[in-house]
Amino acid sequence: MKKRKDQCGRRGEKIFSNICVMPSLIGVLIFFLIPFGIVIYYSVINNPIMHDFVGIENYKRLIETVAFKKAATNTATFSLISVPLAVILSLWLAVLLERDIPGKSFVRTLFLSPLMVPTASVVLVWQVLFHTNGTLNQIIEIFGGNSVDWMKSAHGQTIIIVMFLWKNMGYNMILFMSALAAIPRDIIEVAKLEGASGWYQFVHIKLRYLSPTILFVLILSLINSFKIFREVYLLTGDYPYDKMYMLQHFMNNTFNSLDYQKLSAAAVLFSLIMIVIIAILLAIENHFGKDVE
Amino acid sequence: MNMRKKEKFLNVAVTIFAFIAAVMFVMPTLLTIANSFMTSTEISANYGAMLENMTEDKKTYISENINLKFIPDKVTFDQYKNVLLKNPDYLLKFWNSIALTVPITVFQMALAILTSYGFSRYPNKFKSIIFFAYIILMIMPYQVTLVPNFLVAEKFNILDTRWAIILPGIFSPFSVFLLSKVMKRIPISYVEAAKLDGASELQILTKIHMPLCKGAIVSIAMLVFIDYWNMVEQPLVLMKDSAMHPLSVFLSQINTGDIGLAFAVGTVYMVPTILMFLYGEDYLLEGITYSGGIKG
Repeated sequence: MKKRKDQCGRRGEKIFSNICVMPSLIGVLIFFLIPFGIVIYYSVINNPIMHDFVGIENYKRLIETVAFKKAATNTATFSLISVPLAVILSLWLAVLLERDIPGKSFVRTLFLSPLMVPTASVVLVWQVLFHTNGTLNQIIEIFGGNSVDWMKSAHGQTIIIVMFLWKNMGYNMILFMSALAAIPRDIIEVAKLEGASGWYQFVHIKLRYLSPTILFVLILSLINSFKIFREVYLLTGDYPYDKMYMLQHFMNNTFNSLDYQKLSAAAVLFSLIMIVIIAILLAIENHFGKDVE
Repeated sequence: MNMRKKEKFLNVAVTIFAFIAAVMFVMPTLLTIANSFMTSTEISANYGAMLENMTEDKKTYISENINLKFIPDKVTFDQYKNVLLKNPDYLLKFWNSIALTVPITVFQMALAILTSYGFSRYPNKFKSIIFFAYIILMIMPYQVTLVPNFLVAEKFNILDTRWAIILPGIFSPFSVFLLSKVMKRIPISYVEAAKLDGASELQILTKIHMPLCKGAIVSIAMLVFIDYWNMVEQPLVLMKDSAMHPLSVFLSQINTGDIGLAFAVGTVYMVPTILMFLYGEDYLLEGITYSGGIKG
């Protein structure tokens, strides 16, 4: 009698936990997934009036577009450089700050501050720094270098990377610091007693324990690497110099010129790439996850 | 002995390096604040060259170079008076930012608490598929969901209203992803113990999960708030009427125009987030401590 009641309760609980997911799922379906289905449909028809199926025609048209190629290359290069850089540099900082240095929490706060400062607030300072006659060039000239037109040359990407690292390193570092603090001390102590060097400890012990956090920071940085578009947009507007022309510019501009077919094809293509990346990361997680837990 | 000396030296070196790096990190923010206390003349004297380049019209400026100045010649609150008293436009845009960001943050968090609880209890195949879809969605840049958002807004007739931004914002899966990972780490023994005491599922959510995740909830709410406080893309696409745009979009336009005001407006725009930071920094530090990996 009692047993049956328990099972009944358990089923009720399962149903409750499913119901909890429902409101969000319905919203996501209405606002993202179903319309995204329409986007996929848009990407294979000729126009929203005729609805003729054209197969991969839009995709071909997209890939042949010069602006798309440029934008995709820029975004890919930027993400490939900046995301690993954001992970490695913030991990390095976190390891450095493992030392007992005075004013540690103050330093940590300063590193975290860019996260809290609205993009639009500081964009003017970036303009002052990177302008042709701006501060950075003046410093370069003091040291006898040649000034660089940061925003209108191949160095445009450098600016974006600097802004990205400035904004995101602090929080990444915090995540790494707390992960480092969570590594069991006794393992490190044993390694020290056995004469393991600092580098050996780092590679063979700490990195292992950090691997879930590294993945997590990697994902966060990837998301944020797409969000840096705001900074770029506020800095340069709709049509920046070549090297700063990101995929987001292309998509915004395609949207404004009402070429939904091309835009849909770009969105679908982008999503496919993201799904592949996430699948790879999940596979890595499954591979490494086992030996830590 | 030698080893100890080396350690000591390294500590000093790291300290110096960390402080220099940290100061560089906080510099752009401090500069914005410091410059907001300058007079209009001082600002155009220092940054005029930049203006000239940006707006085509010929303005007189003193120096060819742009001088990044840290300390104003004369501290003045003129810019603030201009922003807060003489130009109701800025206050209106500030209000627009609040009217968009606060509902999104509050409702997204409320929904995230419920949803994450659902994801963390009784996991099954179906839930993990949905969760994977959420991860993909979360990573997409806004431009990918731009057409979907636009289509839905058009369908529901909410284009050019705040709802066009607020509704998709509420259902954005970022907070669900983070919070689910934290909730999944709550030891099952806590739940079992509560159940022995006769707690219902709803009570487990409100009496165990929510208090245990308080730090995470506060810090995720801060991340969500700051994300939408910074929004640029959504209003540009979904609201034609620029009078309804939040200050984050509008700032880029003043930057090119009235440069004297821009620093002050930028500083005013920082106030809510900095206050939040001062209140919630500790939560931010411990909040998402154990959230490694992707699936949680």
